[in-house]
Amino acid sequence: MASISQNPLPNSLPDWRNFGIVLRVLIGANLALALAALVQAGGLPGWLSRYYVLAAWCEPPLLGAIGLLALLRDQLWRLPIRYGRLTVMAIAAFCAFLQYHLWLWLGLVDSERWGNWQAGLLGTALAALLLHYLELRARAHSPAIAEARLMALNARIRPHFLFNAINAVLSLIRAQPKQAESALETISDLFRAALRDPADWLPLSEEISLCRQYLELEKLRLGERLQVEWDIRSVPLDTLIPPLMLQPLVENAVFHGIEPAPDGGTIRIIFMRKDNDLVIEVANQHCNTPRQSAGNQIALTNIRERLALYYDLEARLEIDQSDTHYRIRIVLPCQTRNNHYPY
Amino acid sequence: MPNQEQPLSILIVDDEPPARARLRELLADIAPHFPLEVVGEAENGVHALSLLDEHSADVVITDIRMPRMDGIELVEHLGNLEKQPDVIFATAYDNYAVQAFDLNAIDYLLKPIRAQRLQNALEKVRQTNRPSLPKLAAIGQELRGGGRTHLSCQERGRLLLVAVDEILYFKADLKYVTARTRDREYLLDEALTHLEEEFAGRFIRLHRAALVAKNAIAGFERAAGDDVEAYGWTLLRGIPDRLPVSRRQWSLAKSFAKGS
Repeated sequence: MASISQNPLPNSLPDWRNFGIVLRVLIGANLALALAALVQAGGLPGWLSRYYVLAAWCEPPLLGAIGLLALLRDQLWRLPIRYGRLTVMAIAAFCAFLQYHLWLWLGLVDSERWGNWQAGLLGTALAALLLHYLELRARAHSPAIAEARLMALNARIRPHFLFNAINAVLSLIRAQPKQAESALETISDLFRAALRDPADWLPLSEEISLCRQYLELEKLRLGERLQVEWDIRSVPLDTLIPPLMLQPLVENAVFHGIEPAPDGGTIRIIFMRKDNDLVIEVANQHCNTPRQSAGNQIALTNIRERLALYYDLEARLEIDQSDTHYRIRIVLPCQTRNNHYPY
Repeated sequence: MPNQEQPLSILIVDDEPPARARLRELLADIAPHFPLEVVGEAENGVHALSLLDEHSADVVITDIRMPRMDGIELVEHLGNLEKQPDVIFATAYDNYAVQAFDLNAIDYLLKPIRAQRLQNALEKVRQTNRPSLPKLAAIGQELRGGGRTHLSCQERGRLLLVAVDEILYFKADLKYVTARTRDREYLLDEALTHLEEEFAGRFIRLHRAALVAKNAIAGFERAAGDDVEAYGWTLLRGIPDRLPVSRRQWSLAKSFAKGS
C-alpha cells in the first residue's frame, strides 16, 4: 500500500506556511501591541493613537519575519528543535533590528544608546511568546489526531450500506455465484480501507478506485437507477489526501440523491485543479424530500470537522444548492509526498 | 393459519430488485413446510396499492424506505382497501425506524432475513396486533420529515390515490372533506384540522372550512359589501373556483399576498 505513515510530531516547529498559523501569529502580535498601547496611554483615551504608532513600528518587522520563516520553513524543520526555536527568535530579533536602522536612516527616530538592544529584545520576546503559545496549542490539539481517528471511523461506511450490500450478495449467491464472489471481495476491500489507520494519507488515485468499487456495489442493488459520471481533469493523482475523504460524499449522494428518487439519477464526480488547490465536487439532483436534510447535516458536519482536523484552515467545504441540484465541493491544498508535512 | 387448499398469498414490496429476489428465494424455501404463494412484487407503496386493489393478498412484506411512497405510508392507506392484508415490515439497518418500532412495540424483520424468522413471522402474523395508525402516522412523519405523499379514498369499491402535490385545496362540507385537483374532486375521510397540521408547510387556512395550497393561489379579491358568505375570495391558478376568505384570516391573506 503506497502511503506514508503520518506520525504527529509534537516536538516540531509550526508550519509557517499554514494560513491558520500565520493568522494566529498576526492576531497574537497585534493583541500584544494593543495591550502595550493601553499600558502606555494609561487608559482608554489616547489608546488608539498610541496603538497606531506601535503598529506602524511593529507591523513591518512582523511581516518580514513571517515571510522569512515561511521561506525557511523546510530548513527549520530539519534543525533540532532547540536550534530551531533559537533561529526563529534570532530571525525576529534581526527583523526588529533592521527596522530600527531603516527608521534611523529615514530620520523617523533619534539614535538612542540602547536602541539596537531594545529593538532586538522586543522582537525576541514577542517571538518567544508566540512560539510558546503555538507549541502549547499544538500540544493541546494533538489528541485531536486520536479524535480524528474516532470520527473518521464513525464517518465511514454507513451501517445502512453494509447490511444492504450483504443482502444484495445473499441474493446473488444462488443465481450468480461468480458475481457474488467478486461482490464479497469488493466488500472486503472497502472494509480494509475503512479500518485503516486514519493517519495514513493515501494518493488520490487510491481513493478514486475505492469509490469506484463502492459504486459498483451500490449498482448491484440499485441497478439502472444509479448512473455515475466521472470527470477527472488534469489533477495530480499522487496528491495525498486523508483516507476516505471522497467516499462519504459519494455515499451521501447515493443515499440522498438516488435512493429517494423513483427513477434514480446521475451522480457527477469532478476533480479539478485550481492553482495549488485540489477541488473535488460531487453533484447529484436534488430530491425534494425533507427527510433527507437531518442525516445529511450530520454527514456534512462530520466531513467539515475532519477537514479542520487534518488541514486546519487550509481546506474548506462548500455547498451549492438549488431546486434541482445539490453540489458539495471540497477544496484541499495539493500535497504530494515532497511537500507534505504531518499536520 | 392457512388451511390446505388456501395457501397464504403474499405480496413483496421493496425498491431493490436483489432484495425482492432474496425474499422470493426465502419464501420458496419455506413453502414446503408452510403453504404460501407469492402473488406479486411491487417496487414502492404506490405500486403495491395498485396491485392490491386488483388482487387482494393475505400478507404484505414491505421494506420501509422506498421512493414515491414508503412502507409506513403504504400501511396507512391499507384501510381503504376492500380486503386489508396483514403486514410484516422488513428493514436493513435503519437506526431511526428500528428505534421507533421498538419503542412502539411494532414487529419488524431485520435484513438479511433468516428463513426461520420469516416463517415465524408469517405464522403469527394473524394473531399479532396491528400497529395503531396514529402511532404509525407519527413515525412516518418523523421518518420522512413531513406528511404523507398521497391521500387515499374509496370509490365504488376501488382505492383511489391522490398525490398531495396535485391537490389545490381542501374544503370541508358538513361531514366530508373534499380535495380538489386540476381534474376532479375526491371525497376524503379526513379531518381538516389534521390535514392542516400534517401539511402545514404546503397549505394555508384562510377560512374555517377551506385549506388552500400556497402555490395554487393566484390572488385575492374583496367580496362585495353585501356578500354574507365571505369577507373576500381566493382566486386559484388553473381552475375557475373561488374559495372564501374569512374576515379573521383576511390580514393573513394580505400578508401572504405581499410575501409571494
